Amino acid sequence: MSIDATDRRIIAATQGGLPLVPEPYAAIAAELGLSEATLCNRLHNMQARGVIRRIAAAPNHYALGMVANGMSVWDVEDAAVAELGAHVGALDFVSHCYERPRALPDWPYNLFAMIHAESRAEVEEKRGRIAALLGAACRGHDILYSTRILKKTGLRLRPEGGT
Amino acid sequence: MTLDATDRAILNRLQEGFPITPEPFRVVAQELGLNEADLLARLERLKADRIITRFGPFYDAEAMGGAFCLCAMAVPDADFECVLTKVNARPEVAHNYQRDHRLNMWFVLATETEAEIEEMAMSIERETGLRVLRFPKRREFFIGFRIAA
Repeated sequence: MSIDATDRRIIAATQGGLPLVPEPYAAIAAELGLSEATLCNRLHNMQARGVIRRIAAAPNHYALGMVANGMSVWDVEDAAVAELGAHVGALDFVSHCYERPRALPDWPYNLFAMIHAESRAEVEEKRGRIAALLGAACRGHDILYSTRILKKTGLRLRPEGGT
Repeated sequence: MTLDATDRAILNRLQEGFPITPEPFRVVAQELGLNEADLLARLERLKADRIITRFGPFYDAEAMGGAFCLCAMAVPDADFECVLTKVNARPEVAHNYQRDHRLNMWFVLATETEAEIEEMAMSIERETGLRVLRFPKRREFFIGFRIAA
């Protein structure tokens, strides 16, 4: 999944967001000295290769009243985790859902799902819905609430070089 | 601010993906039964009111060249601030959250290569005398978050 210097310029020009104008791609292309067709081809290409996960709006959970969240973690049978993970990830109150390796014996959980809701009680209710969805394939679960943000820095994109 | 049904429909539609085509807002507006100017004006307002934090391409950090790993440590309460200072001092530690669990410190390591993730985790273990559990992403499931329409 290599990206070249032009892709890198496109990333730098768009990672702050798309302009809210009728022809946003033409505006970015002009800024970069590319044709709109070239820009769109490269965006399509990066999306097809997974460099762009999606082009979308990120909602502010807090502004929407979703002030409670919890990292729910699940011990799901390996044979079932791909299928069940997809169901959990598609739930409308789950924002991030990942399969990760267990760290036995300390940590038996292999599925992580971030639950957002308006209250702690509602987070717990939604956790119950995930438990019901997973059924017998789930051997145990837990939820971790954050008590303090200790550090939060943005993603650092190297300005040049590398692939 | 309050969101009306149209705002909610816009938010949910724009989380599903945005077309790469010369007039993408016109395409989305048509799908939603709006006109393009109204859609753009509402998006300006949703951004100004910080209901939308970002609108555009979301790049895969790993695909852009880099390695990431969620890590966790069980830090004794008495040592927490001391360990925190050591962990946060490293620029490779991107996010760090305290959580109410025996594993009470959760952070993301961001480095240029996979090998550096391992080196950094081992280096933190040496400096703190505590284990750093590694939880790299194996699979990411479709993001389905929606607000009530």
